[in-house]
Amino acid sequence: MVKKRELILLVSLVSLITIISLRAPRFLNIGNFRDILDDTSLLAMVAMGQFMVILIAGIDLSVGAGVALTGMSVALLHQYHPEIPIFVIVLLSILIGFSLGSFNGILVSLLRIPPIIVTLGTMSIYRGFVFVISGGTWVSAHEMSDAFKNLPRGGFLGVSNLLFVAILCVITFGIFLKYTRTGREIYSVGGNETASQYVGINLKKIKYLPFMLAGSIYGLAGLFWVARYASAQSDTAMGFELQTIAACVVGGVSISGGSGTTLGVVLGVLLLGIVNNALTQIKISPFWQMGLQGLIILVAVIINTIMEKRT
Amino acid sequence: MKSTKKMPIRRILMQWEVVLFFMLVTLIVVYSKLSPHFLDLNNILRTTFNFMEKAIIVLPMMFIIICRDIDISVAGIIALSSCCMGLASQHLGAGTPELIFVGLLTGLSVGILNGLIITKIGIPAIAVTLAGLFLFRGIAYVLLGDMAVTTYPESFAYLGQGCVGNTRIPFQLVLFTILAIIFGIVLHKTTYGLKLFAIGGNSTAARLFGINVDRIRFFNFALIGLLSGLASVLLTSRISSTRPDIASGWELEIITITVLGGVYIFGGSGNILGVVISIFIVGLTRFGMSLINIPGLIMGILMGFLLIIAVLLPSFLRELQGKILTKQQQ
Repeated sequence: MVKKRELILLVSLVSLITIISLRAPRFLNIGNFRDILDDTSLLAMVAMGQFMVILIAGIDLSVGAGVALTGMSVALLHQYHPEIPIFVIVLLSILIGFSLGSFNGILVSLLRIPPIIVTLGTMSIYRGFVFVISGGTWVSAHEMSDAFKNLPRGGFLGVSNLLFVAILCVITFGIFLKYTRTGREIYSVGGNETASQYVGINLKKIKYLPFMLAGSIYGLAGLFWVARYASAQSDTAMGFELQTIAACVVGGVSISGGSGTTLGVVLGVLLLGIVNNALTQIKISPFWQMGLQGLIILVAVIINTIMEKRT
Repeated sequence: MKSTKKMPIRRILMQWEVVLFFMLVTLIVVYSKLSPHFLDLNNILRTTFNFMEKAIIVLPMMFIIICRDIDISVAGIIALSSCCMGLASQHLGAGTPELIFVGLLTGLSVGILNGLIITKIGIPAIAVTLAGLFLFRGIAYVLLGDMAVTTYPESFAYLGQGCVGNTRIPFQLVLFTILAIIFGIVLHKTTYGLKLFAIGGNSTAARLFGINVDRIRFFNFALIGLLSGLASVLLTSRISSTRPDIASGWELEIITITVLGGVYIFGGSGNILGVVISIFIVGLTRFGMSLINIPGLIMGILMGFLLIIAVLLPSFLRELQGKILTKQQQ
């Protein structure tokens, strides 16, 4: 069943590329493909975090705001203290993301608040803090050093650092979920919480972990985001949570937890990235984007549910 | 919980509604100290204009959360309804009755759609309404783009801005009061209300007792759609304009008010009195913040924390009550 699902995704991916390139030949250009890969790298990283959270039957609505808050924090730090070496900034971004994710995780696991409520709240809180720390101003390109801006762009053998980090991230967490004990426990808790508790799985730990990891990843993604687009604003990554959720459910991750594969998520990310890029290539107004993503989630969830019921 | 008369004073004081009531009184005292005009009745009546639309959606949200569901698409429904009214007014020159009809019908249809997908296909309400939030507002963006509609007829303004007769009582407040009484009676005095509590407490048991769980859940979602349509009519009338980003972020505040009002987030308990007091607490807090010019995003921080605290406090109180009870039994 799982294999079939991914095959369907792959076929639709290929046919989508064919259809789009017939309408806009520029789409198949190598340069454009590199753009798509770089754009989807950010989505792939954050979607991996969202994937782990959805696996325990949770949801993280705070990822967009988390990306913005981390991005703005490190951008401001870099603006006022350009002497701080880049690798320290990288570590800091992960640390900030870790704290934001841990806050979500503690509220969910220790205080037993439903994830949707926690992250609906923290989405608004984190977004508000972006405004507080920046005072509503932007950090723009000329206030960032070249080293900072080149962080995602630089690379080797034609692979950008951003893409490299995204691939590393996907592989690491893919292996973690599939081959480690803790990873399997995450699936188990999402599949059946009560049964997992009976076999001695530490529920508190497993419900905290995905939020913490998701946070650490979106922290790093926040740094790459502001460096790549060379600007940090109050509305950076607005609505990004929607894209990450869409990538997961399109990739076949069950919204009620416990099932989904890393390969599926990666295919979902690519499909979404190509759709986003294609929309601009075939000149569809950006006003369509929000509605289309909502529709994609709805249709994907309906298909997932019907397929699950059949088996 | 029901026989308040026999309760020791300590337990009465720890009822959540009583705590809320003291919070509201404190808030009013603080405001009247800050501004001598605050306690003026006309002023208080005028203040209610700012939160009655949200208050109207809080009522069906109470039903939904008691049933252990949630609807985060409400702000999207408002945007879509408002957008449909805008197009009806701009292109068809619709008058006030037609506009009201369009607004309510849009809300109801969207609510029915949500309800059907949730109950017939069996998808968690979170997923459906999350997609709905963006889908409905997204359609509003597709239809309106960056335009705003301001061509509403003058008589339309009465609904959101007018007062009843020669008094200073806003029409919206009267409408809300009637609705709140109806919702209170349905929740606490009818079998429908009883079924809501039963489903939220244990839906499997409720089903085994012969309650048609899915029909009631469907009806709840249709109802919140209809009332979101109504709220959209009132809001559009009050600000006399429609933009696709109308009412963005309202779902947070509406859910916060409901939960702060003592509706248990895991379903099965809640009452109308707490919810009504909570509407005024949040409404007045927001009004006070806007008086001292606090920007919207910072208000968002406050609402976010309030939501989390609102979920934690009643269950904390419940645990405390349980401890006192066991102590007494010993």
